[in-house]
Amino acid sequence: MSRFPLAACLGLAALAVSSVAQAQHLRIALREDPDILDPTLSRTYVGRIVYMGMCDKLFDINEQLEPVPQLATAWRWEDPQSLLITLRQGVRFHDGEVMDAEAVRYSLNRHLTMQGSFRRSEMGGVTAIEVVDPQTVRIRLDRPNAAFLATLTDRAGMIVSPKAAEAAGRNFGNNPVCAGPMRFVERVAQERIVLERFPEYWDAGRIHLQRVTYLPIPDNTVRLANLQSGAVEFGERMEPDDLRAIQRNRNLRGVPVEELGYQGLQINIGNGPRANTPMGRDARVREAFELSLDRAAIVQVVYEGMYTPTRQPVPPASSFHVRSFQPEPRNVNRARELLRAAGHTAPVPVELLVPNNPDLRQAGEVIQAMASEAGFEVTLRASEFASALQGAVRGEFEVFLLGWSGRTDPDGNIYAFMHSTGGQNDGRYKNEEVDRLLEAARAEGDVEKRKDLYRQIMELALGRDRMRIYLWHRKNVMIHSTRLSGYRPNPDGMIRLQDLRLN
Amino acid sequence: MLPFLLRRLGQILPTLAILSFLIFGLQQLMPGDPAVILAGEERGDPAVLAQIRAELRLDRPIWEQYLYWIGNVLQGDFGWSWRIRMPVSELILQKLPVTAQLAVMSFVIAVLIGVPAGILSATRRDRPADWLANGIALFGISTPNFWLGIMMILLFSVQLGWLPPSGYVPLWEDPVQSLATTIMPAFVLGTGVAGVLMRHTRAAMLTALSQDYVRTARAKGLAEKVVIWKHALRNALIPVVTLGTIELGRLLAGAVLTEQIFTIPGFGKLVVDAVFNRDYPVVQGVVLATALIFVLLSLVADLLYLAINPRLRQA
Repeated sequence: MSRFPLAACLGLAALAVSSVAQAQHLRIALREDPDILDPTLSRTYVGRIVYMGMCDKLFDINEQLEPVPQLATAWRWEDPQSLLITLRQGVRFHDGEVMDAEAVRYSLNRHLTMQGSFRRSEMGGVTAIEVVDPQTVRIRLDRPNAAFLATLTDRAGMIVSPKAAEAAGRNFGNNPVCAGPMRFVERVAQERIVLERFPEYWDAGRIHLQRVTYLPIPDNTVRLANLQSGAVEFGERMEPDDLRAIQRNRNLRGVPVEELGYQGLQINIGNGPRANTPMGRDARVREAFELSLDRAAIVQVVYEGMYTPTRQPVPPASSFHVRSFQPEPRNVNRARELLRAAGHTAPVPVELLVPNNPDLRQAGEVIQAMASEAGFEVTLRASEFASALQGAVRGEFEVFLLGWSGRTDPDGNIYAFMHSTGGQNDGRYKNEEVDRLLEAARAEGDVEKRKDLYRQIMELALGRDRMRIYLWHRKNVMIHSTRLSGYRPNPDGMIRLQDLRLN
Repeated sequence: MLPFLLRRLGQILPTLAILSFLIFGLQQLMPGDPAVILAGEERGDPAVLAQIRAELRLDRPIWEQYLYWIGNVLQGDFGWSWRIRMPVSELILQKLPVTAQLAVMSFVIAVLIGVPAGILSATRRDRPADWLANGIALFGISTPNFWLGIMMILLFSVQLGWLPPSGYVPLWEDPVQSLATTIMPAFVLGTGVAGVLMRHTRAAMLTALSQDYVRTARAKGLAEKVVIWKHALRNALIPVVTLGTIELGRLLAGAVLTEQIFTIPGFGKLVVDAVFNRDYPVVQGVVLATALIFVLLSLVADLLYLAINPRLRQA
């Protein structure tokens, strides 16, 4: 007689538990479809968002962009070229294997030696990875590198299961096995990536979601419609004007977050015959061009004033942002004087290459209009991104409106773009003094001294040589359901699953 | 019948061989170096570019690259996606059912609207039903898919909350949800095709209705229904079938904009993403598969002519 109510209670309880589990299913709309999900081989920004749920790193970063231990518990520089890392105990990979010093050595070596690795250049200075004991690893560098710890806060610091990686080889990305809060369930290309809670996660108490589905939805309007209709609970990198669209929607909350990257004008100074232009030859012409621009007005017209005008590659969120190096006010008269001094009386022709998307094309048009008032004749060339990038590498451009997603350490936003041997210095800017300062800043362990080195670099490369014209720091506009709690915005734009809960 | 079939099948192989040349050759004309795209942040490092080119055989002569690709294709190996490292054949097999479902649904909607509307419009020429059908056809043909798609999403998903705004659920996983996710894109695609079918059915029916055999049928005292359905329509259907198979082929090749708007992971979206990422093996594989679908559909159309019109069987 008493069995029935008991069974009914158990049934109801089970139903309640399963509906809570069902309710803890977070659906995140991504702006693009990630590339391969292998920390060694992947290269897209959007892929990093998915890794946040799946692959813990030796270090994470906090809201102030400082490294904080994640799979590590502590670190110490034994000398400027030797980093000792203590690992967290009791961490398991999704396949049940133990995460220890041997696994760290395996993963870092994999980044260094695997064919097609995209981590090799980030970790280029590593000469040896030594297992001191099961919980301690020593990394030796060929020269001091202050940015190295920051490198380990991204994909280079992700530790994969050696057993799974060995078994899968180059196909590891089709079924990645890491030590993050969620384990990989399935991926249907261009459709969804599904993760589910990993009960043995080392910090399982902070994981309340049972399942996370990442849905690539490239169209902005449709991504917003998905949020408005409740088909997804989180949308990343939304458009600034979406915030206005959801103002009266009580079910959605918008969070604009200052990002790590920037948008700017890359100038061809020394890459092939197209560098032989007034802009490429003469810093005074570049200065005139810069003075003709009103960054705040561009941002107001194109992005509703939401982005932050800038003159440097380091975002305001970073402690390395050079406070004294701010955009100069627009000064058309001074720009005209500079052009006259440089010997230009007729309008100076400039071809501006812009990626073919609506907002950057519009930004190009505003720049065109502003520069024309100072005596420039700007021709816009909109190009699909892949072709534009190839053109940039080959030097087939005069000025290129190009962005960068940004890195936590300033070195990641500066070195490759300003150093004469930098991989992204498409304009082939070369200044030995700047090279020397960049090397010194990379090696400098003292934060204050390093800040001063970056100040000198800005004043020389940007203030005097005008090798690039930085325009604005974007904001990551995140929109999420008000049912979601625990989201802490971070300038890196990543969506960390810790503490997230659907009410 | 059999010799005809064998002859047509014999024509398919050279067609596909020529197509494979074209696909491979035209792709080489695309600007944008795949190695530069894949190198990402390391694009300025010649060693990285060389390594990628060597790995992907991009450093070999084009003819050698072609022979390597076509040799593998003949053995059923379409290669690997450079971007996400999945076998291209697996990607095609993943996307084909999605696109096929969407294409079939759109086609059914198109036929259900277009053919009856065309018949109605021809038999009620210059009367309100004709004007109405023409108006609907004009709307179907001239409304851009992306606009109609977004309007439908805003109405049925955001305002009314009846249908999911985007995404796809396979038919075998959850048939109801699958229909819910595909009905809007199928309608968007279907209305466009319906307009074209309606115009062609109307024109073909008007021609058929003015023919001598129709007048004879009427003179014999046959009921108007029989005249229209049995005599006129049967003849009018031949050009409609031709057009229908072409339209179905187009639908199966993937509807780029509609798939993009509704985030339907089909052929169209696959090939567009692959082009933008210069993922050559995927572009080649999908275009070849699409060409094969077209060729097979034209064979089906030929067989349908034989079924509809007995006179062709003696030809």
